[in-house]
Amino acid sequence: MVVNQKMLNCEQVWREVSNYVDGEVDAALRSTMEEHFRTCKRCASVLAGTRNVAQLYGDDRMLEVPAGFSRRLEKRLAKDAAVKGSGWSSWSAWLVPVAAIALIAGSLLLVNSLTRGHFIRSHQALPGNNIPPDLQVVVSNGSKVFHVAGCPFIHDKASERTMTAKEAMQEGYVPCTRCLRQYLKTELTGHSGIVIADSGSAEEEEEQGEVLSVAGH
Amino acid sequence: MTLNNPGQSGSTREQDLILHVQRGERELFYELVRPYERRVYAAALAILRNEQDAEDAAQEAMLKAFANIRQFRAEARFSTWLIQITVNEALMRRRRERTVVMEGLDNRRDAGRDNESEYAPREFADWREIPSEALERKEVRQRLAEALATLDRKYREVFVLRDMEHLNIQETAEALGITVASVKTRLLRARLMLRDLLAAGWEQGWFSRLPFEKGNKPW
Repeated sequence: MVVNQKMLNCEQVWREVSNYVDGEVDAALRSTMEEHFRTCKRCASVLAGTRNVAQLYGDDRMLEVPAGFSRRLEKRLAKDAAVKGSGWSSWSAWLVPVAAIALIAGSLLLVNSLTRGHFIRSHQALPGNNIPPDLQVVVSNGSKVFHVAGCPFIHDKASERTMTAKEAMQEGYVPCTRCLRQYLKTELTGHSGIVIADSGSAEEEEEQGEVLSVAGH
Repeated sequence: MTLNNPGQSGSTREQDLILHVQRGERELFYELVRPYERRVYAAALAILRNEQDAEDAAQEAMLKAFANIRQFRAEARFSTWLIQITVNEALMRRRRERTVVMEGLDNRRDAGRDNESEYAPREFADWREIPSEALERKEVRQRLAEALATLDRKYREVFVLRDMEHLNIQETAEALGITVASVKTRLLRARLMLRDLLAAGWEQGWFSRLPFEKGNKPW
């Protein structure tokens, strides 16, 4: 940005304050801005706040993961390694057919789920066939998951709406694997004609069970 | 399995790990990515805004990184490469989501008038510094995360990649498929808005139990 350095006003300083913090202004502009900050309390406050924000959010302590995240990730990687074999050659050789099978299976499941009236959109999502249809549940904007009221995993709590489980599923929502775990777990352990979304093998089914068991913290 | 060179510097050790994984020692992969798992999750969360989806995307991104690790070149930073894969994965998932339709409309409305730099920050005689020790308190971290979550996605994404993931401006632009100029203006706007939100947090007592240096003025 071209700035007339002698005419630098507060608005111009604000526009450059972020670049100033990042060292993205040239020496002449930097020196003019420094002079401005020395004499203008208002802009000095803007600079201090901008720095403070970058410093606070840049701290590693701001990077938090949900409980059990690392364990689940490690398991998923190990599982993937076990399924795909240990050598690169076997990985490469299997990649194409596995992708093709996944594509076909995905298409079939899509058709299946659409014909059943709802579309499971997350691979962690499980059909809630055992959930009482008139159970009062909560949905919210920006998420495809429905919850029991008070579940800590409700996204955007300000936009909560209550409806029955049946209505939620008809609208394409899927049950939260945390707060509705008891219904989903029954399905998994029962093994009675259950259809697990986008899984085509017993191994996948087992993995879903594991996810559920560690997710119930 | 663990490499037996505890005296190595972090980056040398990382290079070694990468080489071993590229040669097929897949059991070392988790050790390689473990230091970055929180950053990967944060990047996915910034884009998807939902914990479950973000965790899903983070896991998937790790698997993709592993599948493509032989394409990784030593001249790049591994962490940046990993974050870029995560951003791609999260953006791809978001495109698939129905809810994006609404956000997409908002973004199109804003497109073409990139006037982020016109934001006027609130006026205070002094900035009341929030010390980084405050981050020891969970409720402070939570408040900061909530403030960040209120930003429009175009500001939030740039801010997270730049200030939390520590990608440089060029890398942030490439990851999000926007120009360097857009990164700069959005980053400015995000930082100024967060500054104002934190100031409002003071007024609401978020940081009321923090120690202050004597003489610091409230606004």
